[in-house]
This record gives sequence, C-alpha cells and structure tokens, in this order.
Amino acid sequence: MTATVPAGPNAPGRATIAARTLRTDRWWLQPVTTVTVLVLFIVYSTFRAFENAHFEAGAYLSPFYSPCIATGCEETAFPVLIPGPAFISPALYILVIPLGFRLTCYYYRKAYYRSFWLSPPACAVAEPHSRYTGETRFPLLFQNLHRYFFYVGLLYPVILLYDAAHTVWARDDGGYVGLGTVILVVNALLLAMYSMSCHSCRHLIGGRLVHFSKHPIRYRLWTWVSRENSRHMKWAWISLVVVAAADFYVRLLSTGAFDDPILF
Amino acid sequence: MAYEASLRVWRGDDEGGGLEDFLVEVNEGEVVLDIIHRLQATQAPDLAVRWNCKAGKCGSCSAEINGRPRLMCLTRMGTFDEEEVITITPLRAFPVIRDLVTDVWFNYEKAQSIPPFTPRERDEDGNHRMQQVDVERSQEFRKCIECFLCQDTCHVVRDHEENKPSFAGPRFLMRIAELDMHPLDTLDRRRAAQDDFGLGMCNITKCCTEVCPEGIKITDNALIPMKERVVDRKYVPKTWLGRTIGRRKD
Amino acid sequence: MTDLERHAYDVVVIGAGGAGLRAAIEAHEQGARTAVVCKSLLGKAHTVMAEGGIAAAMGNVYPEDGWKVHFRDTMRGGKMLNHWRMAQLHAQEAPDRVRELEDWGALFDRTPAGLISQRDFGGHRYARLAHVGDRTGLELIRTLQQRTVALGIDVYMECTVTKVIKQQDGSIQGAFGYRRENGRFVLWQAPSVVLATGGIGKSYKVTSNSWEYTGDGHSLALQAGATLVNMEFVQFHPTGMVWPPSVRGILVTESVRGDGGILKNSNGSRFMFDYIPDYFRKETAETEEEADRWYTDKKNNRRPPELLPRDEVARAINSEVKAGRGSPHGGVFLDIASRHDADYIRKRLPSMYHQFKELAEVDITKEPMEVGPTCHYVMGGVEVDPETAAAKVPGLFAAGEVAGGMHGSNRLGGNSLSDLLVFGRRAGLAAAERARATTVPNVADAVLKEAAGEALAPFERDGGENPYTLHAELQTAMNDLVGIIRVAGEMTEALERIEALKVRAKALTVEGQRPYNPGWHLALDLPHMLRVSECIAKAALEREESRGGHTRDDFPGPREEWGALNVICSADGEDVALTRQPLPVMPPDLAEIFEES
Repeated sequence: MTATVPAGPNAPGRATIAARTLRTDRWWLQPVTTVTVLVLFIVYSTFRAFENAHFEAGAYLSPFYSPCIATGCEETAFPVLIPGPAFISPALYILVIPLGFRLTCYYYRKAYYRSFWLSPPACAVAEPHSRYTGETRFPLLFQNLHRYFFYVGLLYPVILLYDAAHTVWARDDGGYVGLGTVILVVNALLLAMYSMSCHSCRHLIGGRLVHFSKHPIRYRLWTWVSRENSRHMKWAWISLVVVAAADFYVRLLSTGAFDDPILF
Repeated sequence: MAYEASLRVWRGDDEGGGLEDFLVEVNEGEVVLDIIHRLQATQAPDLAVRWNCKAGKCGSCSAEINGRPRLMCLTRMGTFDEEEVITITPLRAFPVIRDLVTDVWFNYEKAQSIPPFTPRERDEDGNHRMQQVDVERSQEFRKCIECFLCQDTCHVVRDHEENKPSFAGPRFLMRIAELDMHPLDTLDRRRAAQDDFGLGMCNITKCCTEVCPEGIKITDNALIPMKERVVDRKYVPKTWLGRTIGRRKD
Repeated sequence: MTDLERHAYDVVVIGAGGAGLRAAIEAHEQGARTAVVCKSLLGKAHTVMAEGGIAAAMGNVYPEDGWKVHFRDTMRGGKMLNHWRMAQLHAQEAPDRVRELEDWGALFDRTPAGLISQRDFGGHRYARLAHVGDRTGLELIRTLQQRTVALGIDVYMECTVTKVIKQQDGSIQGAFGYRRENGRFVLWQAPSVVLATGGIGKSYKVTSNSWEYTGDGHSLALQAGATLVNMEFVQFHPTGMVWPPSVRGILVTESVRGDGGILKNSNGSRFMFDYIPDYFRKETAETEEEADRWYTDKKNNRRPPELLPRDEVARAINSEVKAGRGSPHGGVFLDIASRHDADYIRKRLPSMYHQFKELAEVDITKEPMEVGPTCHYVMGGVEVDPETAAAKVPGLFAAGEVAGGMHGSNRLGGNSLSDLLVFGRRAGLAAAERARATTVPNVADAVLKEAAGEALAPFERDGGENPYTLHAELQTAMNDLVGIIRVAGEMTEALERIEALKVRAKALTVEGQRPYNPGWHLALDLPHMLRVSECIAKAALEREESRGGHTRDDFPGPREEWGALNVICSADGEDVALTRQPLPVMPPDLAEIFEES
C-alpha cells in the first residue's frame, strides 16, 4: 500500500486544522520585499552586463566590468587575457565569481529559498511543494562550494580598491579625487565587509578549531568575524545596492549626464 | 483592568477536532498559560495542556498562538489587543494526543540515535582541564530547554512528514554541533551529521532561530558552522580525491 | 486484569529529576534492570529550576576549602538539626559527583587554570558552587538525561504512580500507576523502589515549585508505612518575584546576591545590616564598606549580610514588608543595576535578565527587581538510613528533596543539587544490591483491582466537589496559616480546615474521559497534598521553638531541649501521628570541628 502523505502540516494523526497557516501578522511582507529588490537588481545588472557600453568614463571603470580582462576597455589597468570577439561584453567573463559568491552565500540562500522558492515563504506557513530534499542533491549540493567562491572573491575588493586608486593618478590632467573615486572606494570596502563577514570566512579563520585557547590570534580574528557575521545580512544588502549605484554613477558620467565633481 | 478575552482553542484528539470559542477573564500581567489555566478551572476542567515551571525554563508548554510556535508561559496577554481573537492550537508538526498536548516522541527517538558523548581521559590528577573560551560555544547550545519549537517550525518535517526518518531537526543537529565543538569529545561527527542526520536537508531559512525562546542562534552558530565542518570532511577536493584525511581535532 | 500493562524490573525509580536519574544510572551500572517513571517528559523535572550551582568543596578557587568546612557550614546552616552522617557523606562525596558529570558531557564555567569554576553563595564560607551561568539545574538535568539515554535505561514518561505495592511481609513489591496520555494502568513489579519525587510546594499559594511538587512521594511513603522527619521545616526562599501576580513566587536566584546584588527597603536603606543574628555575627560584615570590599577581597573582609542563610534573609524581608517599608507590590528591592554594568549582569545572570524582561518587563540592568519570600523547598522528608537511603520499609528508598534529615532545619543554597547526586547514587547502589538478593512474586489481581478502583473513584462518584476549588482553598490555608511566621492558633485553624477538606476530597468528581484529563490528575494529587499539609501543620504545631525554616511568633528563638529532637510523622489510618525522637549523636571527632570556631 502506498500511503500518500499530503504536504503541509496536515499529515495523519496531527491536529486537524485546514488553514495552511493561522498567522495573523503580515508575514508575506518580507518575501515580497526581498523579491522586489532582488528582481530590480537582477534586471538592472543583467541589462548592464550585456550592454557592453558606458562602463568607462575617463579613468573610472564600472565595478561590473572590473577587472577588465577582455578587449573593449580603453583605460584598463589589467592585461587583456581574453582577446575574444568584441561583441561579447567583458563583464560576462568576470561576473561569474561575484555572482557565484552571492548565489551560494548562506544569507542569500535563505533569502531566495524563502521568497522565490517559498520553501517556506515564512515560518509556520506551509510551503507549496509536495517533495523536499533540501541541499542533498544536484544542483543544490554545490552550495557546499561557497568557500571557493569566497577564496577567489577576496580578490575583488582588492581589485576594486586598485581601480579606485588608479582613478587618482591615471588622469590626463594630473590627477584629483572625484566624487566617483569616493564611491568606488566605498563600494570596495563594503564588498570587503560583506566577504569577510561570511560564514565560510568565519569557519576558516577559526570556527573549525576545537580549542580556541591554543590559537589566541585566530580566536581574536574569529571573534571579530563573528561580530560582523551577525550583521552579514546588512552587509549583503548594502553592498548589493551600492555596487549597482556605483555602476550607475559611471554610466551617468559615461553618457555625459553630468561631470564628476572634483573634491580635492 | 480585567477584561474578557476571546479565545479560540483547538480541542480534539487524533480522530479529529476543531477550534472552539471561549470568553475568559484576563488580569494585568498575565500570560497565555494563565488564561488556559483559568479556562480549565472555570469552564473546561478536562482541557489537556502540558506545562511545568511556568517560567520559561522547562520548555513544556509549547503551542501555536495565532499561528506562531511559542511558549504559552512566555507570551504575555499584553501583547494582544483586547478585542483580538487569540487562536491557540497544539504544535502542528507532531501527532496530537488531546487538545493542546502533542506526542513529541519523534524528538526523543532522535536524541537516542545520536552517538553519545565520548570523552578523552581525565588528566592525571583526576580533573578535566578546559578553558572558558573553549566551552562557550557548546554552552550556548546547552541552554536549550527542549521545547521543540524549532522542531515544530522547521518546514523540512512540518510540511513533509516523510522526511522525519532521515532528518533529525534543528535541535538535534545542534546537539551534534555541540558535541563536535565540545573540547573533550573524541568522535568525528561530521560524516554522520550529513549522512545519518540529514544536515543537507537544512536550507538555512532560519525559522528555528526565529522561534527559539532561549535566543540561541541555532542557524548561525550551530547549523552553518556544522555545514562548513561537513565541507571540510566531505566536499573539499582533497577528500574528494580520496587523499589523506585531515586530522579531526587540532 | 485486562486493561493493564505489566513490567518487571529490579529497580524502579519514581521521579526523573537529579536524584532519580542519578539513582537510575547507578542502579543500571550495577547491573540492575532499571526503569524510571516520571510524571512529565524526560528533562522537564523541577531540577531545571535550580539556578545557582552545585555545592562541592573541590577547592578549585579556594584551596583551603575541604569537606570539613563544607560539613561545618551545612550543619550550622541547618542549625545543627541535620543528620550528621548525611551531612558528612554529602560533604565528602560531592566533589567526585561533580567531576563525573564532566565525563558525561557537562560543561561548567571554568577558572583561569581550566578547572571548574566555583561561586559564592549564602552560608558557604568559601566560593564552592560549581555552576554554568545561572542555569546549573538545566545543565545537571540535561547531563543526567543524556547519560540515561546513552545507557539505554527505560523511561516511562508522563506516568503517575498512585500506589506503592507491598507484599504480605511488608516489603516492596512494585509500583502501580497510570499513563497520563491515555489513562491506562501500569504495574512496575520490582523488589526495590526508589522515591525521587521532589517536594511539596504546590500546597502553598506563593511557591517557586511546579505542579509536580504535590508531595506524592512523601505521601506514598507514609502510606507504605515509612516515616517522615523534620516536616515542619519548609524553606521560604527570600527572593521570589512578586509582580505581576501571575508570576508571583517564581525564583530569583541567590546568585544575584552572590554576584553583588543588595537588598533595599523603600527608604533606600540596606536593611539586612539590622538583622544579623548573634549566631553569624562573627563572620558577617558590619558596615557597607566592609561588605562591598568582600566581593573583591574575600580573605580580609567578612561577608555581606545579604548572604546570610536563606531563613534569616526571608524573615528579614518579611519584617520589612510588615513594617510598611516594602516595595509597591509588597516585596523589597533587589538591586544589581547600580552595582555592575549591563554587560556584566547579562553575562553572569542571563536567565534572570531574560526572566524579568519576558515576564515582568523589567530590565534588571537598569532598575531594581522587586522580590519577596516564596515557598521553595521542604527540608523534611522520608526518614532514611544515611548510607543506603533506605526508608523504614524494606525495599523502599528515597533520595533528593523527598528524603529528610540531610539539611536539618534549613538548607543552604547549592546543597540541594549536590544532595541529589550524592544520595541519588547511594540509593541506586543500595536498591540494586537489594534487588540482587531478592525476588518478588507476581502481584495478585485483587490488589491491582483495588488500586485501579481507588484511582477511578473520582469518575464514579457524584459528590460534586471540583478539584481546582479544593486545591485553591488548601493553598490559601497553608500560605496564610502555616507560612513563614507561625502561631499556634493559626496552625490549629489550618488543621481544622485540612480536616474539612479531607472530608470534601472524598466527594471529588471529575468530568470527561481518562486520556490526558488534568481534572482527574489533580483529583488524584489532592489527597497527597492534604496528607503532606497535615504533616507540616502538625509537626509545626508540635515544635515549640523557632529554628531555621520554622519560625514561631509565640516561641521566638531556639530552645535547647528541641535542639536534640526530631519530630517524626507516620500514618495512622487516614490521619497523621507524631512522635518525638532523639537526634543521632555526632561522634567526638566531628563535634570537634564546631568547637574550633
């Protein structure tokens, strides 16, 4: 006999309650907000990645296109590693790492499992799927590779900082610090905070130890990372919004919407 | 100050039941469990409810209040409007026995299946020596009062009864993390965490942490660190290639 | 009998708190087939409420501490009415009992050297309470629970024992009870039964005890023919919550005072300095300055009076409130907010912080708590042999709060958890030993039928008495008339009320069915509570002096002739009979310890 067990909290023997949830608060608000912001970001960043234009403005390079290792960049500080066809946007070669890092991030996993996959949409609200296997098989088993995206992803804040510094000395008119420079620096720092507050970093820097007392320096680092890790969600959202904003700023300059204000 | 609150309480047993309406007096400073007790003493003497300490220390009076898994003794009536209808049901992830009492045997079965604590030898003078910083992580998990609200809210079993055999639930995955981080324990629990207790089923959506009345950071401090430990043991290329397995304890 | 589940064991332990689980572990390790029967789920026992720590003279913080000092403190705290041998065994064995918990997974707070840290507590000369923050009881119960599960000991959860079954020759044959879940009857046949049922607090209105504390173990022992000792001594913990009304009585751990919290009245004065008895004057600070210095320099200063034994502090708070110097809700102020910064308080007293925040909306890092005495512990209990925890009935053992003698007239904080471990183990050991040499015949059907009939009586009759009403009336009588301060007239009145309630209890009627029916459960608990209340009131009326947890307004102060006498309760039909019994005499080598000081 094959017993069909209905999904949701109504398996045989349990209290018979028809409602999929009895929550009376606005539990749907959080998933709706998450979906809205993430969709906006995905639409914008996809458009920008494929646009293959307006990613450079003077010495400024959009963070979506950095490091620029393909043809098509004029001011690039990096060697052209991929001489491939110019109709392929340089962003496509390098975005896979930040994309993979965010996609496998423990916080974003929670966010999209809940709001896109509704698994579950909110606590004690039944999910609509009849089967559930979690992260035990392909493709979600690959979430376990988060740390490798973290390792490679650590290069990005460094590159972005280099980009920002590069804007100071690489200008034709002798060099200055513009508003764009500041934006790029802030973007790089936020990405650094997001990366270093990640759960894999916390594990690798000290979490895997059993005896903290034998590794005082790693313990202190772990304590710091743990503190920032508790704000990982905050860093995830702020760095996401700011990277789009930084790109948008470069695009505005590139399309000539206005000139970069010189700060000093 | 006293007022009549509208309560909807699930009454019934494993053969069926439903929500029943009651009007019960409420006084200042009372919690939901007080109101349930008043209901028992005045209107429904056989209303089944499980409770012990009434101080948030024993984790017996777990129920769902307006659809949210809570301890009745820690839910103040003052958090509701006086006109609000308050719905109280038993935990919905476990079989019901009667009224607000559920059969939580699932949890005791899981507890039994975890390989017990296996300590190293004592020092020569008969003491175990451990530093405070080394015990603090596991101490956080040992604050657990076993109210099983995390087990109840976790969608892996709440919405999928068929997952119960292969998934230990947040409380017991946290127990494995507690033992894995325990300075005296000598077993390597990583492979079992994934293969026998279903850590991979967890999709870290954090409902366990949200409902924990003790404020234990189950997901961030136990489940995710345990997932990372499992990666060390099972998924780094080194072990994939079947080379020497790293030492478990440093 | 059909409708009955039968089990046969060597040892049956009733109660799954610290003492019960420790007894079961020991019995199992001795090779006995062991079962634990408990009224709640495993791990919910009242032991989780213990906050402060386990007293054991391990000397981890003060190397000068040792069993003799602990023994002396315990005896003095109990006003010398303790059974000296129990106090001695307790002080000697407690350190080993704590150490073995670590082998079972317990994680105590540590000293800088990596040893188990120990904290100060009222009445203890040195810092000696092994602890985990302020949730030591939870750690103890969880450790023993996990050990019990690891050993594969059978645990019958949510089962109530209604009767201890005896053979013709008067020795133990087993225990009879029912499953709360479905109301079905169960027989656990065994030559050894260990009572580890805890205390009696549910007979009082303001109490820190949970519903399980109905004195059923005390009552079962009496019915089986055992005796109770020291029942007049009920400990009122000085600091229970007083507001809001629904949480009145819930415990505020003594660690608040151990960690620097002070008691103030409504005038803002530290009134405990006015209540230092001569007996403790030599070791108590006289000025606030000295008291404050003690927290950092314990060697050169004396203890603050807030850390006097519990009976002294409870009486002082009671007097302040009666004199009109209480807090708005009828307690006094316990202030730690002005003494330590918020981080320290949250770290040292996390459960207290949480408890006041959740239950009273009070932030203890910012404002003082309001506290008052609450019924907390009964020193009295089953009279047992110190070495084996055996009661007067062959095959019956008692350990933990249900046993008497260990704490004399007043228990020191921290001595309860160590008591559970030391005598739980001894009870389990002796119970297993007895079972090895004894077999019991099958319990006759007639006996089972009778036991079942008694349990089902509330469904059958038509008397119309509501168990909830009777319970509330008993609690009021005990609280108001046999409370913290007692006089003959009031206690006589209490006994009259108890007699009347006994009559009405015969007319208790319950509605509904047998599965998980709380009205029925209470109806079966009430006769236990009435019997135990009668013991307390009668013994308290008998003892015409004030000592430890027993304070008579009409007989203030201790009297020498009573210092050598125990009051013993035994069953006399449906009543309680009293006898006076001389205290066991301490051998000279131990008596010396008290002459030195």
